[in-house]
Amino acid sequence: MKKLYEMAHSRAGDKGNISTLSLIPFDETDYETLCQKVTAEKVKEHLKDIVSGEIIRYELPNISALLFVCHNALLGGVTTSLGMDTHGKSLSFALLEMEV
Amino acid sequence: MKSTIRIGCGAGFSGDRLEPALLLAEKGNLDYLVLECLAERTIALANQRKMQDPRKGYDLLLERRMESLLPLLAQNKVRLITNMGAANPVEGARKVMEIAQKLGLKVKVAAVSGDDLFSHLPSGGFNFDHFQIIDEDLPLVRNPVSPIRNQQVISANAYLGTEGILEALNQGADIVITGRVADPSLFLAPMMYAFGWASDNFDLMGKGTIIGHLLECAGQVTGGYFADNYKKTVPGLASLGHPIAEIAADGTSVISKVDGTGGIINLQTVKEQLLYEVLNPHEYITPDVVADFTSVRLQQTGENRVSVSGGSGKTRPANYKASVGYKAFFLGEGEISYAGHHALARAELAGSIVQERLKNIFSELRIDYIGLSSAHHTTFGAVPEPNEIRLRVAAKGETREQAALVGEEVEALYTNGPAGGGGARKFVSEIIGIVSVLVDRNTFHPSVQIFES
Repeated sequence: MKKLYEMAHSRAGDKGNISTLSLIPFDETDYETLCQKVTAEKVKEHLKDIVSGEIIRYELPNISALLFVCHNALLGGVTTSLGMDTHGKSLSFALLEMEV
Repeated sequence: MKSTIRIGCGAGFSGDRLEPALLLAEKGNLDYLVLECLAERTIALANQRKMQDPRKGYDLLLERRMESLLPLLAQNKVRLITNMGAANPVEGARKVMEIAQKLGLKVKVAAVSGDDLFSHLPSGGFNFDHFQIIDEDLPLVRNPVSPIRNQQVISANAYLGTEGILEALNQGADIVITGRVADPSLFLAPMMYAFGWASDNFDLMGKGTIIGHLLECAGQVTGGYFADNYKKTVPGLASLGHPIAEIAADGTSVISKVDGTGGIINLQTVKEQLLYEVLNPHEYITPDVVADFTSVRLQQTGENRVSVSGGSGKTRPANYKASVGYKAFFLGEGEISYAGHHALARAELAGSIVQERLKNIFSELRIDYIGLSSAHHTTFGAVPEPNEIRLRVAAKGETREQAALVGEEVEALYTNGPAGGGGARKFVSEIIGIVSVLVDRNTFHPSVQIFES
């Protein structure tokens, strides 16, 4: 078992109450492995304390990257959340804590 | 017609650094400089300033930015496109003229307006019932317990596309000051102008939008927001350069930056930015096009140079998106630090005391332990206890006075709480919320007003 941050990087984005998390392998040959191991279901389990809605995974083989679109992830939404990180900017590093 | 054009992006948000924009204007060999300065909430705040003073409501940093940029732009014949007009592009343009005259520069400035939904509303003002709300996840709007009342609405602006900017460029404007325009449209408009791209050539609209999306956050594609000090290292981050796209008439481009500036451009930085804030890579919706990112090709062609090709688009949406700003609540916050042995236990005790004291006033009280779990709401399993913890308490108040109670109770922990609390701080801020709605694009006709010195 190793943590995702050993083999991939990520950036978080936000729209309303949705957090978007990219997952990009350092080595493009790891893309297939990520597709197999980092499923939407596994990410949902890993982020269960953060994301309360649906997680949709998009595959982008053209750039060897995955994108996770996480609904109900920002404590009610960027502009009205009571949280510290209202945009969920730090959530990319939450995803990278996942073990694969 | 030029075979390629060079567009630089010197600002990716309202508070962005000025120095990289100056370097782009001076050494970027640019045809166009774009400054993207308008976040979702920025325009609502600007509209409040305009209500207080009809001569205000443009970007707070417009004067400072333009005073140092204008001479470089004039000297190097770089045309500027920026959404620093915010809630008042016409007054923003007048201010630019004033600065140009003071500096003895001859410029043609265009104000692009028409995004304000208020000017299209029937008497009686804004009514949420008349609009389809996009953010299905937002619990607030139709909430039967505390619905947003129409009277709370302070601004409503549609995201316009390229039309107004294109007309301003056609009229020969050197400086184009817009209100709310979709960020990629700020970049797509000069491509359409320079290459004569038709607005219904959706393949080119898609390709140009993808380039605009890569540029719109400025430093985020050149190594900003990227370094992890582990596997991703970025040289010279303190002198981070902002991006340039050299674009050909077929919609292919090369992303680069000014030689000698800090930062890095590689496949990793470009991929991170390509997917940034994308809700569906098959359908990235702007007013100009529904773009497809799933056929984009990236290639490293040199040091700090990545070529972008492929990508496409299909059709354009029937509706514009509009951001509606409303007075949401007053945020009350209090913080205090605990350090040394049992720091977490003392912080937890302090949190429970504040909760007990405020339970009859606030239905929802947020307790965070900064240094442990405030950003991720979890530690992903057991972690060693930190030597320091900062307790943070937050709640939504209906009035400023009510919100202030949160910080007051946290501060009172000094003499009425656990041992060793230090560095208490208290804050109250008025929070403007944003809800996105769909509006018929045929309602909006961008207007262009030209000023000449």
